[in-house]
Amino acid sequence: MMPVVEIQGVTQRYGHATVLHDLNLSLAPGEVLGLFGHNGAGKTTSMKLILGLLQASSGQVRVFGRAPSDPQVRQMLGYLPENVTFYPQLSGLETLQHFARLKGAPMSQVATLLEDVGLTAAARRRVKTYSKGMRQRLGLAQALLGEPRLLLLDEPTVGLDPIATQDLYRLLDRLRGQGTSIILCSHVLPGVEAHINRAAILTQGRLLALGTLAALREEAGLPTLIRSSGLQRAALLQKRWSEAGHVTRRWGAQGLQVAAFNGNKLDLLRQLLDQENPSDVEIVVPSLEDLYRHYMDSPAERAL
Amino acid sequence: MTPIWNMARKEFSDGLRNRWLLAISLLFAVLAIGIAWLGAAASGQLGFTSIPATIASLASLATFLMPLIALLLAYDAIVGEDESGTLLLLLTYPLGRGQILLGKFVGHGLILALATFIGFGCAMLAIALLVDDVEFSLLLWAFGRFMLTSTLLGWGFLGLAYVLSAVSAEKSTAAGLALGVWFFFVLVFDLALLALLVISEGQFSPTLLPWLLLFNPADVYRLINLSGFDTGPASVGVMALAGDLAVPTAVLWLCLALWVVGPLAWAYWLFGRRAA
Repeated sequence: MMPVVEIQGVTQRYGHATVLHDLNLSLAPGEVLGLFGHNGAGKTTSMKLILGLLQASSGQVRVFGRAPSDPQVRQMLGYLPENVTFYPQLSGLETLQHFARLKGAPMSQVATLLEDVGLTAAARRRVKTYSKGMRQRLGLAQALLGEPRLLLLDEPTVGLDPIATQDLYRLLDRLRGQGTSIILCSHVLPGVEAHINRAAILTQGRLLALGTLAALREEAGLPTLIRSSGLQRAALLQKRWSEAGHVTRRWGAQGLQVAAFNGNKLDLLRQLLDQENPSDVEIVVPSLEDLYRHYMDSPAERAL
Repeated sequence: MTPIWNMARKEFSDGLRNRWLLAISLLFAVLAIGIAWLGAAASGQLGFTSIPATIASLASLATFLMPLIALLLAYDAIVGEDESGTLLLLLTYPLGRGQILLGKFVGHGLILALATFIGFGCAMLAIALLVDDVEFSLLLWAFGRFMLTSTLLGWGFLGLAYVLSAVSAEKSTAAGLALGVWFFFVLVFDLALLALLVISEGQFSPTLLPWLLLFNPADVYRLINLSGFDTGPASVGVMALAGDLAVPTAVLWLCLALWVVGPLAWAYWLFGRRAA
């Protein structure tokens, strides 16, 4: 299947500063890619290259097999910029109608989208009076005009409350189910893991890591933590595990934490349940944040 | 065509919303009627004098007003959208930069044209209805030409406003430049020509000097409107040079049209080079 986005060996320079080094990235139909990194890591530049707002200094960017600046590509693309702003004097409804006309989207979609992002009640108010979160939701509705096949979201959850954030993730899941490809550009956010297929970690214009979360966890070799509480003989278990070479730590009054590396998890769990009768067991897999921190602290990063 | 019209539509409805159209029309109507009846007060007369005199006064007034209004209307067309962040969004939509610019031009141009025809048209109607024994055909011809050229003059300065808007990094810069452009074409240019005339004691290439008038759209505009009357008003200032300028009116019209197309093309080129 033809990739939706294909970035091959792209280097981007502004004057003497190189903001992207030899970037290779592709996105399949119906795939959600999380693009993570600090400010200035090259996230927004990558987005602008895909949007055709920038011409790559070298290398090639193809979107739907065409040049990104092709009007037909833009028809199939939705973009939510970081800190989106609109014409303050227009109402939410008028804003969406204006952009629907520009995109050639059916007018009937406007009301549906306002409903989807929960702005129906405020549709006739001027955007000037909108809160940050409402502007963000209007921006999202704008990005969804014309049922895009590719969605680029730059920091979509900024300004959203936790419930609106969950609504956004649910919406993304639904779109992914319909075959929409999504690039989600973000600082590392808790809760985003479940909604992305692959993560790309950028730093100083270089791709540090790319893959599914499972693959990244394996590559990073970060342990899964097993925390048990309400143990009768925590000290004994700790001694036994320590002797077997496991890294352990007391967890609360009668609890114990053990780090399980590379597939030790089930074995350790079995031992725990055989020898003890814990009142509760918690399994902590490395989060995206842990992975991010790991890659940021890695030698590859330090070498830069 | 549709994307251009969709852009124009928003600019035009903005013009209705913030009452620009209403305000400019009203301003033109009041000033034109005032000038038609009180314009001759300086020479001790009251009431309507003649069509050529009225047109001459109106043209002098519009030379100041029209460029100012056009510049005010359009100076933030590009830099304003850029500053507010909406330009970034527009550029990701399926429309080219040329279409964005042309759409804005059509929208702004429509506002200017409508205001001109409503405002000055009302004055024309008032003269036709209230003044006895006015020559209708002459009135229609002179006012028609006046309104058409005023619109063209306004469009020319819209184009210049887009040029400023495309090169400015900030809205305030564009506003300052707009004021400078207005000052240059409306005041400095003519003064410089007069100074050249006076200092050289008329020796500076008498054949070349009148042609320099064509480099100022405001002067071209006045030349067109002062021409063609049997009993023309006495030309004053640089307009006296026009007597030496032996070009047919068609050339002046062409010149004014070029003053619309030229800046617009320049603005398009500059906009294309502006970073997203």
